[in-house]
Amino acid sequence: MKKHILLSLFALLLSFSMNAQSHPKDKHDHDHSEHADHDHGDHSHDNHKHDGKAHDDHAHGDHGCHFHHHPEGQEYTPKDVANTAFHHISDANVYSIGPWQIPLPCILYAPETGWDVFLSSKFKFKSTGHGDGYSAYKGYILDAGTVKRITDPSFPRDVDEVPLQGIIHKTEMVDGKEKTVAYACTGEAMYRTDPKSIADAGIFGGGISSFYDFSITKNVTSMIIVFFGMLWLFLRVAKSYVTRNGMAPKGLQSFIESIFVFIQDEVAKPFLGHKYLKYQPFLMAIFFFVLGLNLWGQIPFFGGANVTGNIGVTMVLAIFAFLVVNLSGNKHYWEHIIAMPGVPKWVLTILTPVEFLGIFIKPLTLMLRLFANITAGHMVIIVFVSLIFMFSKGGTSMAGGLGTAVGSTLLTIFMMAIELLVAFIQAFVFTILTASYLGAAVEEPHHH
Amino acid sequence: MVGSIAAIGMGLAVIGAGMGIGKIGDSAMQAIARQPEAVGDIRSNMILMAALIEGAALIAIVMAFLVAGV
Repeated sequence: MKKHILLSLFALLLSFSMNAQSHPKDKHDHDHSEHADHDHGDHSHDNHKHDGKAHDDHAHGDHGCHFHHHPEGQEYTPKDVANTAFHHISDANVYSIGPWQIPLPCILYAPETGWDVFLSSKFKFKSTGHGDGYSAYKGYILDAGTVKRITDPSFPRDVDEVPLQGIIHKTEMVDGKEKTVAYACTGEAMYRTDPKSIADAGIFGGGISSFYDFSITKNVTSMIIVFFGMLWLFLRVAKSYVTRNGMAPKGLQSFIESIFVFIQDEVAKPFLGHKYLKYQPFLMAIFFFVLGLNLWGQIPFFGGANVTGNIGVTMVLAIFAFLVVNLSGNKHYWEHIIAMPGVPKWVLTILTPVEFLGIFIKPLTLMLRLFANITAGHMVIIVFVSLIFMFSKGGTSMAGGLGTAVGSTLLTIFMMAIELLVAFIQAFVFTILTASYLGAAVEEPHHH
Repeated sequence: MVGSIAAIGMGLAVIGAGMGIGKIGDSAMQAIARQPEAVGDIRSNMILMAALIEGAALIAIVMAFLVAGV
């Protein structure tokens, strides 16, 4: 238990150069050995539409590749809902807009074969499917939008492209844990694949595998888009302060100014006092970046990017907060951590370890809070949509489907309104907590 | 089995956080009713306190996840 926590903390720190993305399928698809995973009922993509057509393309393999289609009326169980939800909140190597899949660059590194850089369109996935590649490229396959690597040494590696019939998922025991393993099926044989390395010490279903993914994934693309959007917005606003010097703010300028001044007056000044100007750029950067990413993820049918709901992203933000707080901590701050003045000696034996742990727990909760709030919001919406498929009993119950569809749609709209609020609140909370930790670190001692 | 116990633990953490945040909301509402001009200060402090409570609940939930060994 203790070992697990230490391991996970260490691993979390390690993973910040990587896209830490959970592979929920690996842990939730326990008994999918009988049917191809991508046939699990709904698999609605970010457009939340039933995407049944793509399933029909799987040819039936003759040599060990058996694709079991869900028969009409197949129950759509809560477990399928969980799978769908986890699939949609995880990162992908394709960007989906509406029903279309847009290829993204893959930058992959395997110790055996070295670096491989190519566009994920090489996997020949259907442009309106759900991101299953029908071709293996340089030993990599695309399974539901995520790159996996064929580890089987017997796989023909002399050719770059090998056409695939499909991908089969089996449940296997790996290191004493049940895991779903994807097999690439060429029609003649099946080849075992590895998911990408995730530095989480195997706790969230990841671990170090045979390759590393440094791709420009869906989340990275979203971050780049939000970054340039923010750059454009703020340069424009900054310019209008020059051109409209001395005049009242107008249009976009007055919109941004009101938010900016709100953060300045509510967050920066009360917590940081007269030093607020030094740390204000950092607080503003965090606030607007988190807000931008939160709102970007709220756009329906547009990628459904879950960037701030990715623990890797929030961890990097929290690490920045951690570094800024602790590197600007003054003597007074460290004194209160190492030996709180005015406290009996024996109390210090308890207080100092607690205070010391507090240094790390603060950024840890920053990381978890943003991650959990945004992820939960995305999941609730997906679960509401999935309810339609559950109650329509795989398309057989018209009344159930229609009734739930109306209720679910209304609830989804309600949830999205709440999520809009949460997007602002969480960006605000991240900033205000960073400011309060920062305020405690740079506070001047009071002489009584 | 361990998973079910972890789920109960998660539920308890949520109950605790819910009570805590509810109490904050209660007193914030009362404070605003008594002193409507201080609504801005009260609101941001309310959010800050709720976020701190949420942090404790989140740690409990993550611990539950780890124990369940997902």
